[in-house]
Amino acid sequence: MTDANQNAVELRDVEKRFAEFVAVRKTDLTVPEGSFVTLLGPSGCGKTTTLRMIAGLLDPTEGDIRIKGKSVTEVPIHKRNLGLVFQNYALFPHKSVFDNVAFGLKYRDVPRDEVKRRVKDALQLVQLPHVEDRRPNQLSGGQQQRIALARAIVIQPDVLLLDEPLSALDANLREEMRVELKRIQRELGIATVFVTHDQSEALAMSDTLVVMNSGWVEQMGPPDLVYNEPASAFVADFLGHSNILPGRVAGEEGGFVKVITDAGATILCHTRDRAGRPEGERVRLVMRAERLLLADRHDPAPGTSLMTARVKTVDYLGQSARYFLTTTGADGDPGAGVELQAINPIDRAPFPEGSEVWIRVRGDDCVLLDGDADA
Amino acid sequence: MTASASEAQTFDRRPWLLLSPALVSVLLLLVIPTLFIVVYSFWLRTAVGAEQVGFFLDNWEEVLTDSFYHDILFQTLRIAAISTIICAVVGYIPAYFIAYTPTRHKTLLLLLLMLPFWVSYIIRTMSWINILGVSGAVNSTLMALGIITEPIQMLYNEATVILGLVHFLLPFMILNIYVSLDGIDRSLADAARSLGCTGWQAFREVTLPLSVPGLAAGALLCFVLGAGTYITPMVLGGPRNAMFANLVYEAIVTQLNWPLGSALSLLLLALLGTLVMVYSRFLGIDQIAKSFR
Ligand SMILES: Nc1ncnc2c1ncn2[C@@H]1O[C@H](COP(=O)(O)OP(=O)(O)O)[C@@H](O)[C@H]1O
Ligand SMILES: [Mg+2]
Repeated sequence: MTDANQNAVELRDVEKRFAEFVAVRKTDLTVPEGSFVTLLGPSGCGKTTTLRMIAGLLDPTEGDIRIKGKSVTEVPIHKRNLGLVFQNYALFPHKSVFDNVAFGLKYRDVPRDEVKRRVKDALQLVQLPHVEDRRPNQLSGGQQQRIALARAIVIQPDVLLLDEPLSALDANLREEMRVELKRIQRELGIATVFVTHDQSEALAMSDTLVVMNSGWVEQMGPPDLVYNEPASAFVADFLGHSNILPGRVAGEEGGFVKVITDAGATILCHTRDRAGRPEGERVRLVMRAERLLLADRHDPAPGTSLMTARVKTVDYLGQSARYFLTTTGADGDPGAGVELQAINPIDRAPFPEGSEVWIRVRGDDCVLLDGDADA
Repeated sequence: MTASASEAQTFDRRPWLLLSPALVSVLLLLVIPTLFIVVYSFWLRTAVGAEQVGFFLDNWEEVLTDSFYHDILFQTLRIAAISTIICAVVGYIPAYFIAYTPTRHKTLLLLLLMLPFWVSYIIRTMSWINILGVSGAVNSTLMALGIITEPIQMLYNEATVILGLVHFLLPFMILNIYVSLDGIDRSLADAARSLGCTGWQAFREVTLPLSVPGLAAGALLCFVLGAGTYITPMVLGGPRNAMFANLVYEAIVTQLNWPLGSALSLLLLALLGTLVMVYSRFLGIDQIAKSFR
């Protein structure tokens, strides 16, 4: 029954429309057994809708959803055996913590002794023993979220579905719960779909990151790959801070693609697994703000590009600083007047505003996107 | 800081100033008139029809010992209870419907619910005569269809009194249940469904128990309003369907026996007041608020 290679959840060509409005477009998604998949995107991009379709709270307009290999499009929610956790916890206020956690077991005809044992185990797992007799409103937000999690996992669901479960918690607690949630997920080895609009949560927790934008899946992959090699300008922009410069391909140089930006700067860029782009093709160059290394002297190295710039503003962040720069095009480099952002660790003191700096960027840290077409 | 200084500081006059118009109205329009009634109830009406000022317990003795009053009191409570139960059962459905309908129509439906209040309660009650009366809509239709030859007497019994009361009380019940249902977090039912409940089971486990405060508030309101009415039994009831407020009306308006009427009305007030106090003791306002969050 539990085939290791089986997918816990599969979405095929799933689309959801509300009257005219398309909330989720033609989406394919796989959640392998035991993995942690995060749907990340801005508010309104269709994350909750996708999750609710998997849960059975919404019917897809088109497409097929499979759980453990079986199509569930016709299976009502109460027969799907899924663990659902909501942003607002959704604990039953009129029931004790014990009855909340035992709720799903009651509808699974589990014998009384076993109910007691499993509720106890679940509460142990979320590190909240001894609260069985309390009412949900007697617990803090973080504790309530733990109970909600216990209630979802005690039924040994096939998949755990979490809709922004941490966003109602304050920052410190959120980080603590994030670690906790990941620990529990690993311990149980349960396939999990996690919805969030918080990129640091998504990057920290996921095996697979799915970036969504207005109903589309923009990119899907391991978090480091999505982070370092964004497949679209949207992903580059949404995850961290990126500089996106339009330009055109001007040939190759030492295994790198040479790109001349519209402002005139020449920048080397890693080709990656993509076939060599023809000369003259319009492209967009993505450089993460953390990958623009600032220095106060000319320091060339193979496979890197250099630009000169003036520091316009500095955002002091403690151990790092965020610089807003304008390229000056000095020293024979013609690319002037381009606004760039850089985030660098601070060595002693940040570069002061108005100072001239050298920007160095490694070809390996540049990503090429197709020209202006995809927005 | 000295104790007196801190006391002076903690006494804030503003709430009292803001409350004063309400307090003064309640005092002038409710407390003082009620005190008058209390005083009246100890007066005595003599055989010649004049009122004798003094402290007589005769009215109270009559009201508390005469089984005639007790029977009607019991009948009043029974009719009010039956009407309340019918309202709860019948009112739950539209309340649920309004609460769960897409937002665009909600305001309109709530407005429709208020519509009956624009027509006088007496006229609404009398309208049943045009429907159920001997020459009313139902009888004329049945006769025109040839189903009956003689009109049926449908009015002036306990059933029509209850019908009239339900008609009058239903909006109060619906509103109370609606408010309660509307405050229930929708994800609770979703959570119950995801844990294995069918739609009906989720309703029984979550929605129904969480709407109990609204049901209870609606029931209290309906019962108190129903038990205190005299128009409905007067218009739609027969001579044997009198309710307690009819006795008060009778004593004061017909017999001009204000002292007896006062004692009667105070008895009803005491009973319903006790009910309200018991309610707020066990299902009190803070208890309701608690059960939501
Ligand atoms: N029941 C509905 N009727 C109409 N539009 C809806 C409904 N539910 C969601 N939407 C729309 O679908 C889009 C995606 O919503 P949702 O999946 O909740 O986004 P999010 O990514 O923030 O969770 C939003 O624009 C929302 O307004
Ligand atoms: Mg959402």
